[in-house]
Parts: sequence; structure tokens; C-alpha cells
Amino acid sequence: MLEYIISKYNYWVYIFLMMLGLYGMIGKRNLVKKLIGMNIFQVAIILFYISIGSKVGGDIPILTAEDLHGMADPGKYLNPIPHVLMLTAIVVGIATTGVALAIIIMIYNRYKTLAEDEILEIRKKTGA
Amino acid sequence: MIVPLDIILLVFVVITGIAALQIKDLLGATIILGSFSFFMCLIYTEMGAVDVAFTEACVGAGVGTVLFIAAVHKTKRRAKD
Repeated sequence: MLEYIISKYNYWVYIFLMMLGLYGMIGKRNLVKKLIGMNIFQVAIILFYISIGSKVGGDIPILTAEDLHGMADPGKYLNPIPHVLMLTAIVVGIATTGVALAIIIMIYNRYKTLAEDEILEIRKKTGA
Repeated sequence: MIVPLDIILLVFVVITGIAALQIKDLLGATIILGSFSFFMCLIYTEMGAVDVAFTEACVGAGVGTVLFIAAVHKTKRRAKD
């Protein structure tokens, strides 16, 4: 049982990182801190997908010269499909972060604070 | 995939992740988040995903840090928690 838990150590680290990001999104009151938590959560999921495609002793998925002469062995290479999917996910994640930062700047210009509870207090007081 | 290097890098990633959430200076948190992205890029390289690694290095650690620094510069630098 203990060997089984230790042999899957990478998955435990991903679960920890995911819960860390969730804590950042829920437990922190500052909006930039919430965004940092979202980034950590996202990166944990990307790392999980990359880890699915990885294997011990596998080579990077680039064909060499002798593979082109009919001797390509698919078992020798890592699975490139999760890599391609996560390439898109990283770029989309940065675009999401940029939009969120723009909204944070607009919120700061309107309420002059970034703390969530103070913003809710101001909204309750002014009724807007 | 080299297991001792993998364990060391995962420990670094966990430390930088916790530090980025706990530090009260938002500019410092941004820089630590950039180093978090950089260690993540090293893990991708070590797992054999070189294309994901260089995308993470230039888009995640580069552009993301610049966007965060610009936003922190436009707003307040100190956070209460």
C-alpha cells in the first residue's frame, strides 16, 4: 500500500497544487491574489495532462532518419496529443489572465480598492 | 524522465506556489509566480514535452509576468492578506 502511494507521487503533488489554487481563489480577499490562485490551478491541470502522456524511458516525439525508412516504433515515443492540447491551453490561459487584469484595473478605477469585502461594503452602502 | 530531478523540481514548484499566495507584496508575488512558471517549464522539459516547455517559458513566464507587473503598477501594490 505504501509503495503504491509513493509510486504515484506526482499525482499527489498535482492534487496539492490544485487544492492550493482553489484555496487562493476562495480564501484570499485580494483580487490579484485570486487571479494568482487561478493561474496555479490552471498550471496544475496542464501538468496533469502532460504527465498522462509521459512514460519512463520514452523519447521526445520527433522522427529520426532511420524511422523514415519503415522502422518507426510508436512505443518508443511519448504521446504527443496531450502536448498539443496543452499548448493551446497555455495560450488561452494567458489571454484569460489578460482580460481578468483589465477588469481588475477597471474595478480599481471605480472603487479605489482591490479587496473583495471592501468592494462589497461600498456597493452595499451606495446601492450600486 | 529522471526521478530524483523530478522530485526536486516538484518540491520547488510547491514552495514557490505557497509563497506566491502567502506574500503580502503583490509585486513580489508576481515575481515569485514568474519563477513558479519557470520551474514548471523545467518540469515539462524533463518530462519530454519540449514544445510545451518553450511555450510556457515565453508565454507563461514572460508575457504573464509583464501583464501582472503592468496591472500592479496601475493599481495598489500592498495587499491585506
